[in-house]
Amino acid sequence: MSVLDTAAPAARPARPRHRVPLALLVPAGLGLLFLVLPLVGLLAHAPWTTLPQRLAQPGVLTALRLSLQTATLATLLCVALGVPLAWVLARVEFPGRRLVRALVTVPLVLPPVVGGVALLLVFGRRGLVGSWLDATFGVTLPFTTAGVVLAEAFVAMPFLVIAVEGALRGADPRYEEAAATLGAGRWTTFTHVTLPLIAPGVAAGAVLCWARALGEFGATITFAGNYPGRTQTMPLAVYLALETDLPAAIVLSLILLTVSVAILAGLRDRWVGVP
Amino acid sequence: MTVRWIRAALAGVAALTLGLAGCGGGDEPAGKAGGGRVTVFAAASLTETFTRLGRDFEAARPGTAVTFNFAGSSALANQITQGAPADVFAAASPATMKTVTDAGEAAESPVTLARNQLVIAVPRGNPQRVTGLADLTRSGMKVALCAEQVPCGAAARKALDAAGARLTPATLEQDVKGALAKVKLGEVDTALVYRTDARAAASELDAVEFPESAGAINDYPIVVLKRAGAPDTARAFVDYVRSDAGRAVLTAAGFQPPQA
Repeated sequence: MSVLDTAAPAARPARPRHRVPLALLVPAGLGLLFLVLPLVGLLAHAPWTTLPQRLAQPGVLTALRLSLQTATLATLLCVALGVPLAWVLARVEFPGRRLVRALVTVPLVLPPVVGGVALLLVFGRRGLVGSWLDATFGVTLPFTTAGVVLAEAFVAMPFLVIAVEGALRGADPRYEEAAATLGAGRWTTFTHVTLPLIAPGVAAGAVLCWARALGEFGATITFAGNYPGRTQTMPLAVYLALETDLPAAIVLSLILLTVSVAILAGLRDRWVGVP
Repeated sequence: MTVRWIRAALAGVAALTLGLAGCGGGDEPAGKAGGGRVTVFAAASLTETFTRLGRDFEAARPGTAVTFNFAGSSALANQITQGAPADVFAAASPATMKTVTDAGEAAESPVTLARNQLVIAVPRGNPQRVTGLADLTRSGMKVALCAEQVPCGAAARKALDAAGARLTPATLEQDVKGALAKVKLGEVDTALVYRTDARAAASELDAVEFPESAGAINDYPIVVLKRAGAPDTARAFVDYVRSDAGRAVLTAAGFQPPQA
């Protein structure tokens, strides 16, 4: 303790200011290694010689298409509901706001499998809402593609709400005040001033949300089950392939990895301005 | 301020690492020293019987401790070939056992401990009046099956083929307990599960027997693994499962004795 306290001020003038302390560099390097090494393992064990045949298998494309579709639909659902929710949390004073904010983030910490069970108890055939849906419209959500979208949206929406609320809090309120003094109503202000202002934040949130939805496993397999072409997304296909065919699981994982890295990288450069 | 934060964080990380290392280090010597600790990887359909047998075994041999890892047989076989610390493996099919013996992980050749066959699990009182496999193909009937990668799914496929029944299941579950849970929750109308699983859930479900299941009976092999930490205790557990006392528990649960 005393070593650092006394040595640091004395040594400071002699050292160049931008020198990176070893005490940070070493754990930083270890952290990076820890995150990257498993990916290297995937690449090292990939069955490169049989890759073309494995990619051509019909089940692979089906699962990939379903994953991309459901993740995108889930993101749209999250944006449609999550942006207004974030706005209410950031701009409207009401009692219990802190509690609501805490509730919104619950799916972040909830094990996704528990989320899936909770969804079943509400939207299942015998669930609170599900039994009504079934009786009134003859609609059941479990084991359908819509169920996959629902499960993914449930798990991913907090990412969007948190990102957008952060953007709203960071946005300069004077623009909105100016719009209001010029006679704009709250709705006009929201659509013409606030939304363009926080667009990068919404995009960042949507990307995070999409990535989370793409990787969703626990809630999906619990609530929507597993059937190829209907509810079997890539993570489910990976898990099932793992039971009997490790190389197939690695190939599926590589595809998922490539797609998500490509899209995240592409979006990051274009829309999500990272300073 | 920052220095203090970093130091606190570092101390936290160090404590965590040491703690984790401590856990790993603590477990291994205990196993190696033959302290009577047995880790059994067993098929999901053995959950109730093996839990009971484990307790009986511990009671009969003070000082021993049996821990279980229950999951789909294929997942377990994979975990074992990837180096998971298991002493005994009990699978729900010879095919899944074969992946373990082929990988050279078995200390001996596996023996059959019991046999099991499929039934149709339906909600209590059988509201849909299911009497056989043909009823599962009715339109609007929601059926849960195990995925074909796991033994109960392979057996289900065999039985359905034998009956000439073509159906599109609502879901393909990773193990038999998953399929059973979907019936309990009321999300599907029926599921093909083992007779033993249906019996274990008899308070919530009814079981419908069907003739084609006789053609899809699963043998349950059990084996002591090569890297067992306490091979003697592991072998004693296998012997106990196959003893008269063990067999009585298995039979009461609905298992059939192995073919002579």
